[in-house]
Amino acid sequence: MAQSFDDITKQLGKRHRRTRRLKLTCMAAMVLSAVFLVVFLGDMVNRGWSAFQQGRMQIEVSYTEQSQQMPLTAVDEQYRQLVSRGFFRQIPQRMEADPELLGTTRTQWVIARSSVDQYLKGRENSLSEQQRQLIDRMVEQGNAKLAFNTTFFTTGDSRMAELAGILSAALGTLLTIIVTMAICFPIGVMTAVYLEEFAPDNRFTRLIEVNINNLAAVPSILFGLLGLAIFISFFGVPRSSPLVGGLTLSLMTLPMIIISTRAALRSVPDSIRHAAFGVGCTRWQVVSDHVLPVSIPGILTGSIIGLAQAMGETAPLIIVGMVAFMPDPSFSLTQAATVLPAQVYSWASLPNQAFQEKTAGGILVLLAVLITLNAAAVLLRNRFERRW
Amino acid sequence: MKQPNTMSRQADAISPGTVEDSEHDAMYKQEHSDREGVTNTGESPVRPDEAGSQGATDSNKPERQQPSNGEPVTRNTKVDHDSISLSASDLNLWYGDHQALKSLSMKVYANTVTALIGPSGCGKSTFLRCLNRMNDLIPSARVEGNIEMDGRNVNSKDMDVVALRRRVGMVFQNPNPFPKSIFENVAYAPRMHDIVGGRAEQEELVEKALRDAGLWDEVKDKLHQPGTSLSGGQQQRLCIARAVALRPDVILMDEPTSALDPISTATIEDLMVRLREEFTIVVVTHNMQQAARVADYTSFFHLGEIIEYNDTTTLFEKPATRKAEDYITGRYG
Repeated sequence: MAQSFDDITKQLGKRHRRTRRLKLTCMAAMVLSAVFLVVFLGDMVNRGWSAFQQGRMQIEVSYTEQSQQMPLTAVDEQYRQLVSRGFFRQIPQRMEADPELLGTTRTQWVIARSSVDQYLKGRENSLSEQQRQLIDRMVEQGNAKLAFNTTFFTTGDSRMAELAGILSAALGTLLTIIVTMAICFPIGVMTAVYLEEFAPDNRFTRLIEVNINNLAAVPSILFGLLGLAIFISFFGVPRSSPLVGGLTLSLMTLPMIIISTRAALRSVPDSIRHAAFGVGCTRWQVVSDHVLPVSIPGILTGSIIGLAQAMGETAPLIIVGMVAFMPDPSFSLTQAATVLPAQVYSWASLPNQAFQEKTAGGILVLLAVLITLNAAAVLLRNRFERRW
Repeated sequence: MKQPNTMSRQADAISPGTVEDSEHDAMYKQEHSDREGVTNTGESPVRPDEAGSQGATDSNKPERQQPSNGEPVTRNTKVDHDSISLSASDLNLWYGDHQALKSLSMKVYANTVTALIGPSGCGKSTFLRCLNRMNDLIPSARVEGNIEMDGRNVNSKDMDVVALRRRVGMVFQNPNPFPKSIFENVAYAPRMHDIVGGRAEQEELVEKALRDAGLWDEVKDKLHQPGTSLSGGQQQRLCIARAVALRPDVILMDEPTSALDPISTATIEDLMVRLREEFTIVVVTHNMQQAARVADYTSFFHLGEIIEYNDTTTLFEKPATRKAEDYITGRYG
């Protein structure tokens, strides 16, 4: 006799319970990973946010002949320990550039020292009780405040925390990535096109394939050692330069671009290739007129993600010397440079409190760039995705 | 034969009779009896159920029924078959170790529709792909033998496949328009082969090709929409227009209607009959009624061999071989 619904339901209870258990476990895993992400981001934002603000003071600056010789005398004695030393250094240059300043006294906003900055942000600092009271008074009078930190985005590194910025690192990253992409994108895409569309399937091409896949899994620091040995020692490319950094990163990014391009090419249905061959296309016409246009979103997505990963890479760049101290932003491929993650790394190793917030600020900038790039990849994919 | 009368009506419908059916029968009987020494004086074709019981008659049927020069046993006198478009002789094909085509010979007449039928895996599609060398794309495929077209061996190394495919077009089983506009689908290949120049010329050619494919009226207002936005049947006609646009000598069709509904199928069948005025059409089909309706000649494939190649009416009404008869009557395949 057939089983009744009740009998069957009784047996099913166990299976349903297992489903529920599994669902809950998976959900817990998801929540946990979300929590990690939120905690990490929250911590970074919390620490780094203040890096985008900067303490400033409004004081009287007298531009006299004496202050041109001894810049410290330009401001009242009580402020000398509070104003950034960088400001004093600039006084003679500024007076030279603008002779009319001589003999005038101006009330102007100047960058405060990092200890004042930290005090204004309520952090640990090295100010004396007297100085604190002075600042408190200035805040009440509206002569000291926290303002948006333009310095952070417009200067290079500095030993003085209040003057340290990420511009040289950002330029270095930009140049390095341009070099990487200029090398990786054409070579990677062409390699993938050859392997996917032209190469016969034999032992040799399979060996190449396996090697490319393995290359993608090699620890990145090894690429740094390779870059050091080949590009710097053998070819004599200037060390610490965006050129050598870009070359090294391209070694690392190349396999990723090849793999993602091949996947994009493989996802183009063969029916399109057959149609193209059927009307008498040559192999190259099949690729350039039919296969590449439909696979371009996939190729771009893979390349952008590869690029984003290269941007966040530090280890191989440290090996080729790209953790240089770069006070002056330069836009040259062969001059020494540093990159964003390396800048973060060098700030993180400094003991000064003020640099800790710079570290987090640098990470936030890097994260923002990476998220923008990934969003661009998603947008590109959606925009150009075609149905066939 | 299951429905001999229907069959002959359909065959007549496509090419209004220039020759009486009785002439066919007479010719068939003549050849049949000459070859086999059997006198078939039966008034009506043998019904399948009867044929099964007539062991003696069956055993007299030959294993293969085709002259070795590749010509059909019976000529279709309704079409002009003086010129031969393609002529395969002693064609062998291997996929790795598996021999898919075994010493085939077959002549395809110009301006006819020739159907290739047979059970799955019999090599009919493989044979079709030999005619424009699409098998080149399969690394394990190895072809030997001659396929003569316009005095050249299609199969030789010095034949440029691009030139070949320029003259031998193809329509595939599943509609596969390019992911481009309708206009581009048709204009792409002629432009690529430098057949057309300016925009005006292209527009003229696209219109002609789409009219030939019976699609013009449906798409003339949306030429710049993607080809993939059309329905399946329209897509397949777009693919036919794409092939026609190059004005090839031969159009190969690999089960062109197997993915389509009956109405689209009927449209495309009409199209094939119409297009043979200008082109030679070779069509692979699983649908025997389709072969009966559209084809002037039909070749029956089995296990990589041509079992019977004949005038369509003759093949369907009086198959000379046991295998063909079994297949046509639906006993297997």
